[in-house]
Amino acid sequence: MSGVAIVGIGMHRFGRTEGVSGRAQAVHAAREALRDCGLRFSDMQFGFGGSHSAGDADTLVSELGLTGLPFINVANGCATGGSALIAADSAIRSGQHDVGIVIGFDKHPRGAFNTDPAEHGIGAWYGETGLMVTTQFFGLKIQRYLHEHGIAPGVLATIAEKAFRNGARNPMSWRRKEIDAAQIAAAPMISHPLTQYMYCSPAEGAVALVLCRADRAREYTEHPVFLQGAAFRSRRYGSFEVFSPWTAAERADSPTVEASAAAFAASGIAPSEVDVAQIQDTESGAELMHMAETGLCAHGEQEELIASGATAIEGTLPVNTDGGCLANGEPIGASGLRQVYENVLQLRGDAGEHQVPGDPRVGFTHVYGAPGISACTVLTR
Amino acid sequence: MIAGKTTVDDALFVETAEGPALLGSRCTDCAAHTFPRQGGCPRCTGSAMEDVPLSRTGTLWSWTVQGFRPKPPYTGTEAYEPYGVGYVELPGQLIVETRLVETDPVKLEIGMAVELVLAPFRDDEFGWPVHTFAFTGVSA
Repeated sequence: MSGVAIVGIGMHRFGRTEGVSGRAQAVHAAREALRDCGLRFSDMQFGFGGSHSAGDADTLVSELGLTGLPFINVANGCATGGSALIAADSAIRSGQHDVGIVIGFDKHPRGAFNTDPAEHGIGAWYGETGLMVTTQFFGLKIQRYLHEHGIAPGVLATIAEKAFRNGARNPMSWRRKEIDAAQIAAAPMISHPLTQYMYCSPAEGAVALVLCRADRAREYTEHPVFLQGAAFRSRRYGSFEVFSPWTAAERADSPTVEASAAAFAASGIAPSEVDVAQIQDTESGAELMHMAETGLCAHGEQEELIASGATAIEGTLPVNTDGGCLANGEPIGASGLRQVYENVLQLRGDAGEHQVPGDPRVGFTHVYGAPGISACTVLTR
Repeated sequence: MIAGKTTVDDALFVETAEGPALLGSRCTDCAAHTFPRQGGCPRCTGSAMEDVPLSRTGTLWSWTVQGFRPKPPYTGTEAYEPYGVGYVELPGQLIVETRLVETDPVKLEIGMAVELVLAPFRDDEFGWPVHTFAFTGVSA
């Protein structure tokens, strides 16, 4: 069994790019990733990729090159990028392939996502009566979480303030203007207790990564980043997830808890060793909950960590250093790979204005999405 | 029609002596409940489910208020907005997602006692109200 390294990274800027299709953004990201490690598309032995709303990833070969490689489409909602990465990890770790590419991209219309209940096996009544709304679920979930752990809602504005502060320092982010916590708290209420600026928006963007066998990484780059652990989990009976007409009274951990524990176990690295973390912040409450669910801190400890600045770029536990989903928006297919891209920049020491000081060695990523899925990675240099 | 009212989907309901109730499933092997009814048990992975009326009363487990008009497939009528949304714990059964009659955040509290009602959420093409299930506070 070989280890797995990330040797090339490429991104198309997130946000809104009028007149450029999601597929064109994906091609841009792929070419950047290939350039980054000095390879050509004809060197790729496999591809995994996906988008939610911008077309099939396997059709990108008409632009990148018709080389006959196996290119498999991945469709796993917010975990599309994470799933593509896990598939690539297996393809290399098993010895089947030596080098390949993963691509995540998307381009969504403005406004909250609208989803057809039938695609989730739920009756039409659920959508018709106004219950199939993702923003609503996040309000319900954080309301319960704050109640259970005795956390004051003020921390939600502080989290968003930090996201926009980091976004302002990241030239690739969408929202590059700082917004202070008071303004965030006073913004229109979308779904109590979450206001407009506490939610990310559907957006556009693309990320591509070139991966290879760890023992060959230095042929392609001077600064490989190693994928030490990657895991994906779906929901269990009793976890509380988006698009749930009901949940069990008998409670269970979320898929985040199991996916992160599995990724850490595979890597032999403990959560306490993480130097920089990118975690799903679909809205402020998600960052709060996921900090503890991933094992980076204990439930209830977040309030003090956030208030004291520990999660800032210069803090002891920097979280979402590129501004996260709040500042970058969420192109579903690309979002998970954006987190890995950011961690690779951080571990290489190439993050510029948003670089975490002190030569970070261990990076962690986490995505969460419908209908109750999570994918996590542990990365080292 | 359920209790003389047009509903969004009559298959969600069952008439009982106490009034309309939500119709769920119960696993005859492990006693897990689901809503709506389904053929497979998500807890023990068996398929021995039976129909069961769900409790008409419970306690509020979480809540929010929908602050904007959702996109389609939402079909609600503006006259019935904004609307509250919550999860209600039905004792010994499950926690069900529901519209809430109350829309004032100040009057909603986790743990409050609530009961099932049929509430209008849209008007049909002739202007008659179409109902769905909702929970409303009960005085102790």
